[in-house]
Amino acid sequence: MMDVLHDVHREVGHVSSDALDIIARELSITRVEVESAVSFYSFFAQAPRGRFVIRLCSDIIDRMYGVERVAQAFQQELGIDFGQTTADGLFTLAWTPFLGMADQAPAALINEKVVVNLSTDSAREIVKVLRETSDLAQLKFPLGSGNNRHPLVRSMVKRNLRQSGPVLFGESMEPGQALQQALAMSPVEVIDVVKVARLRGRGGAGFPTGMKWEFTRAAEGPRKYVIANADEGEPGTFKDRVLLTELPDLMFEGMTIAGYAVGSANGIVYLRGEYTYLLPFLEHGLAERRRQGLLGKNILGHGFDFDIRIQLGAGAYICGEETALLSSCEGLRGDPKNRPPFPAQKGYLGLPTVVNNVETHCCVARILQKGGPWFSKFGTPGSTGTKLFSVAGDCDGPGVYELPLGTKLSELLSLAGASGVKAVQVGGASGQMVAPRDFGRALAFDDLATGGSIMAFGPERDLLEIVQAFVDFFRDESCGYCTPCRVGNRLMQLGLEKIQQGRGGLDDLAYLRELGTTMKMMSRCGLGQTAPNPVLSTLQNFQSEYEGRLNPAQQRFAATFDLDKALVGAESIAQHKSLYFSSR
Amino acid sequence: MALTFTIDGVEVRGEPGQTIMNAADRAGIYIPRLCAHERLEPHGSCRVCVVLVDGRPQPACIQPIAEGAVVENHTPELTSLRRQIVEMLFIEGNHYCMFCERSGSCELQAVAYRLGMMNPRYPFFYPARPVDATHPEVVLDHNRCILCARCVRGSQQLDHKHVYGFARRGLEKHITVSSRNGLGGTDTARDDQAVALCPVGALMRKRVGYAVPIGRRPFDQQPIGSEIEARRDQASKQGEPV
Repeated sequence: MMDVLHDVHREVGHVSSDALDIIARELSITRVEVESAVSFYSFFAQAPRGRFVIRLCSDIIDRMYGVERVAQAFQQELGIDFGQTTADGLFTLAWTPFLGMADQAPAALINEKVVVNLSTDSAREIVKVLRETSDLAQLKFPLGSGNNRHPLVRSMVKRNLRQSGPVLFGESMEPGQALQQALAMSPVEVIDVVKVARLRGRGGAGFPTGMKWEFTRAAEGPRKYVIANADEGEPGTFKDRVLLTELPDLMFEGMTIAGYAVGSANGIVYLRGEYTYLLPFLEHGLAERRRQGLLGKNILGHGFDFDIRIQLGAGAYICGEETALLSSCEGLRGDPKNRPPFPAQKGYLGLPTVVNNVETHCCVARILQKGGPWFSKFGTPGSTGTKLFSVAGDCDGPGVYELPLGTKLSELLSLAGASGVKAVQVGGASGQMVAPRDFGRALAFDDLATGGSIMAFGPERDLLEIVQAFVDFFRDESCGYCTPCRVGNRLMQLGLEKIQQGRGGLDDLAYLRELGTTMKMMSRCGLGQTAPNPVLSTLQNFQSEYEGRLNPAQQRFAATFDLDKALVGAESIAQHKSLYFSSR
Repeated sequence: MALTFTIDGVEVRGEPGQTIMNAADRAGIYIPRLCAHERLEPHGSCRVCVVLVDGRPQPACIQPIAEGAVVENHTPELTSLRRQIVEMLFIEGNHYCMFCERSGSCELQAVAYRLGMMNPRYPFFYPARPVDATHPEVVLDHNRCILCARCVRGSQQLDHKHVYGFARRGLEKHITVSSRNGLGGTDTARDDQAVALCPVGALMRKRVGYAVPIGRRPFDQQPIGSEIEARRDQASKQGEPV
């Protein structure tokens, strides 16, 4: 379904009401099923859009780097507002929450093309060139570094690999080298190697990889699946972008090894729609491996079959959640699934499935190449190996850093030129805001856990504005399935706005804490369970930022009453300001 | 081979494969719920039935029973959490009990009463939602929809039609139907199970109105869940284990 919808959008630009019926008929399903999928994803549309869809990144980092000025430039040049299309049908202007380009903000997508380090000048230039030529290829930018220069990528995105480490970006590996090691053992022995390495998932949750593979191996089913989660939607995370550009072969090799270990012949890379610009390059990488006998039938003559297809996402943060990802692969809305059963037993299409992050698959390849004990030498006993961190925000060196797990946050900040900051958000929007007194804590699963996102905020930043940006993000990205997340995120948004606008009292802080606790306990998936984290962690670590905004006078009125708003209608009719509340 | 576990300290027996809610219902222990229905596959969206299983929150309608599990159900903490969920549902839509034909037989209202909901503490959203009256027999009032998917499941699993689905996501998520011309363009029928299973006044048969006088409506007689709890009195009268 997703592939069909992507194709229709490429050809026609949107899915009309007629098209819903046609697609339903051709696929022998119902109209509601097609509409359900189309209407869920941000990149799909049911009304006509411009030939060029400009999606500007609204992430807090992009805002810190001036995206609002760029937005105004686009609005002026195009003569439309966000959400609208120009009369000539050429341009649609939209916001998008996070592109994976926080290290080179402000950024935008123009159809699949990524443009970075935008300025008001480059915005005007883009509009001018596209108006004149109607051809994206006519947009001239300097090529980025690394494989961004590859003929199948040709992107202005910079690699920004600031620090290589001994595991991923150290010495290179010949394609097939790790696979050969794996195929020389039994599948159970391969799992043992991964267990000896004590590898834990690199997507953020840190589940022991060997254990996950064991469950999937033990599960019964006519077919099994190995999936690489390349959705990378967590704000501030862009390390998989660099892996997919520079070391995709390592990921493919890791997936193939996983397939051998769990008994799967089928791999899927779920690639976020924002990284469509990497698709031709990745498909080429797969074709190369097939040519070399590293994918397909009877790999390296060992009688083991495995192949990989790439499934494109379409703009939904929730699809980074593994069961929502599965739903999306199945052509459905990206709703997380009820658990139990878990994906290891019943995943993609109800079959045993292992879902691992891109970086986890890359680590697997290295582990099979160099051995489990080698890997576990790095890091700490509970968090072995190295980890990729993507640093952005108020720092001199935004980009990707490969460091051993257990490294202190202060060391990373020092490396990135962010030592004087007043707050660091570790773990993305769903993570926690860390204060300087805790910068000595370790970046590890059992201390400051993160999928890689590290956002640094300098002394002049308004922390409540940053927290509001994260809260707004969750309100927009909630899939809407369960009550506490769907409604709770909106309540959190309203509650925080009230404090930001100076209308909050002490009761409101207690209210936010209770609301956050309710969401954490009652939500169905990780999104609702972690969405309260920015508010809860700043209430804990930066309470003074809230207290400084409280308004004791507001205590006179009920918690939700906005006096100014309530008077607007009457004042407009009476043609003068309220006399009774004249002192407000 | 029966499994034994406890709910609020009471020993309950069940069969492997049952959910906590299945076993509790049979044992005459009421766990409040909105989206769950015994004739439908569980959905897990309302979150009203969340219980603590060995200290961890799980939806009773989904969670399988396990030998020796310690389940907490009727506690002040859970009642408070469930009340907040129900309040969220009330402020999210436009639920005007005073003129709704479902008042008195409405499960949302009845659960709210049972949980002791007073004045909701949250701001009302007052969303602009439509009413679909295009079908001659059935009306779909989106203002009252709580996204429980009983109609979606019921239409597929019981009526063997596929009238309903969901469109959009987040707060914009809403029920959509299998015709571009609204409910009137679908093969909906007056006696569809999908319509009968709606817990609130969102899907209603036309020309029924206020059929039952106040005082004689189902939840005027006894609180929601009483019919489940009646099984417990029966069982203990007959000397059977719970």
